Amino acid sequence: MQNHWIYLDNNATTPTDPRVVDAMLPFFYQKPGNAASRNHPFGWEAEEAVDYAREQIAQLLDVDSKEVIFTSGATESDNLAIKGVFEMYRRKGNHIITAKTEHKAVLDTCDHLEKLGAEVTYLDVKEDGLIDLAELEAAIRPTTVLVSIMWANNETGVIQPMAEIGKICEKHGVLFMSDATQAVGKIRVNPKEVGVHLLAFTSHKMYGPKGVGALYVSRKNPRVKVTAQMDGGGHERGMRSGTLNVPGIVGFGKAAEIARLEMEEDAKRLSCLRDKLETSFKEMEEVYINGNTQHRMPHVTNISFKHVEGEGLMMTFNQNIAVSSGSACTSASLEPSYVLVALGLGDDLAHSSIRFSLGRFTTEEEIDQAIEMVKKGVNHMRDLSPIWEMYKEGVDLSTVQWSEH
Amino acid sequence: MAYSEKVLDHFQNPKNVGTLDKSRKTVGTGLVGAPECGDVMRLQIEVDPETQMITDAKFKTFGCGSAIASSSLATEWLKGKSIDEAVKIDNMDIVEELALPPVKIHCSVLAEDAIKSAIKDYKQKNGIAVAETAEAVH
Repeated sequence: MQNHWIYLDNNATTPTDPRVVDAMLPFFYQKPGNAASRNHPFGWEAEEAVDYAREQIAQLLDVDSKEVIFTSGATESDNLAIKGVFEMYRRKGNHIITAKTEHKAVLDTCDHLEKLGAEVTYLDVKEDGLIDLAELEAAIRPTTVLVSIMWANNETGVIQPMAEIGKICEKHGVLFMSDATQAVGKIRVNPKEVGVHLLAFTSHKMYGPKGVGALYVSRKNPRVKVTAQMDGGGHERGMRSGTLNVPGIVGFGKAAEIARLEMEEDAKRLSCLRDKLETSFKEMEEVYINGNTQHRMPHVTNISFKHVEGEGLMMTFNQNIAVSSGSACTSASLEPSYVLVALGLGDDLAHSSIRFSLGRFTTEEEIDQAIEMVKKGVNHMRDLSPIWEMYKEGVDLSTVQWSEH
Repeated sequence: MAYSEKVLDHFQNPKNVGTLDKSRKTVGTGLVGAPECGDVMRLQIEVDPETQMITDAKFKTFGCGSAIASSSLATEWLKGKSIDEAVKIDNMDIVEELALPPVKIHCSVLAEDAIKSAIKDYKQKNGIAVAETAEAVH
C-alpha cells in the first residue's frame, strides 16, 4: 500500500471536495444535455444547472451573474481578458501595465501582444513582493488601456493592495484586470468594491474540478467588452464560444457556494497551522520567509532554507510530502523562480526555497509530521552541503571564487 | 519526474560524505559549481604518494538528488584507482550508471569536473605536471 501522502501543494491544485463531486455526478449520464439546446428538456435542464452555478459564483464575488463568463480555466480567462481588451480598445491605445511577478499566463500573453504592437510596462516589486503604487501611477500614459495586477501571488501568497490600485486606475480612466486565481474562494474577493473590472479565476484552486474557470467582466460602470478569442456559436454573451462544460460548471458553482460559507473558518484554521509550520522552521538557523508576511494569503508560506538546495531537500521527504520548490534544477536553464528573483532574493536563496500551501483537507497531525520530516531533511542536506560547512567555519561565501559551469 | 533506483539509493545512503584535511599534501580538493547555479560539489581525494593510488575519497554537495548521487558514485569509483585511471572517468559513465535523464546530465558533468579538479590540485601540490587536465574545461 502507498504511504500516507501529506499534500501541501494546494496552490498547484486543490483536491475536489467530495460534496462537489456529488453535485457533478448526475450531469455525466442522467442529465447529459447541452446547455445551448433550446428545444428539449435535456437542454433546459442543463441550462438551468449552468444558470444556478453562475448565480453561486456571482454570490461569492458579490457581482451580477450576467457578469460571469465561463472558460476552460484561469489561463484562458487571463488570455481572454488581456487580448480581448487589447483588441476591443485598440483605438484608445496600446499600452498595458503589469508586474514582473505575474503568472506566466499574464506575462506570456503580454509578450505575445508586444509582437502585435502593444507596449507593455512590467513593474518591479519591492522586497516584500508588493508593487510600488507611485511607480504604477507614474507608468500610466494617455495610451494605457489596461492595468493587470494579480490579487495574490501563487508562489509567495503576497496580496497586492487592490483597492489602492483600483483608485489609481479609476482616477486615470484605465481598465483594471486582476488574475485572482489564488485568492477567489480562499479570501474575500469583491471586484466591485475595489474597482476591478475584469477578474480571472478557476475552479480547481478552490476545491472544484479542473478544466473550468471564469472571467468576471463588469457590465455597469463601466460596461466592459472583450473581443472573443475563439470563433463559434456565440456562447457566453458572444465573448466565449464553445459548448459549456456542464458537469464542470455545476461543480465550480458548488465549490463557490461551499467557499462562500466556509472560507472564513478555513482561513482561520489554516493560518494557525501555517504559523505553526513557520515558527517551527524558524527554530533552525538561517531560515527566511519570502515575501510580505502581513499582506499574505492565510494558507501559504514560502521559505528558504539557506545552504540547502530546494529540489534536493524535497527529495528527502518526497515519498511522503508534496510541496513545490523555487529551484528549477530540472529546467535546462537552471534558472530559479523568477518571482523570487523579482523580490530581490539572490539566486542562492531562490534555489533554497520551498513553498508550502495548505488546504481545506490539511490536518494538524499532518503539519506536525511535515515539521518533523522537513527539519530532518534540512539537517540531512546541511550535513551534505559544502557551503553549509564553509558557512559554519565562518568563510565569507561572497569572497569565494566559484567556478561557474 | 521520477528518480532511478540507483539515484535514490545514493541519495538516501550517500557514500563517503565528509571532509579531508585540505592542508595535507596528500589530499587533492576540487570545488566546482556555484550556489547561484544551484549546484556546488566538493570532492576530495587522498593519494598514496608512493603508488599514486587513491586511498580515500570524500564529498559534500549542495544540489539536487542527481548531483548528490553523481558525487557519491564518483567517490566510490575513485577509491582504489590510480590518479591516471581516475582522470579518465567520463561523465557519460555516470549518466549510464545512474540512468540520469537528459535534464540532469549537467550533474554528471559537474562530478567529472570535480574529479579532474581534485586531481589537478593534488598534482600541483606535489609538483606533478598537469598539462592533460586542460580537458577538464567545459
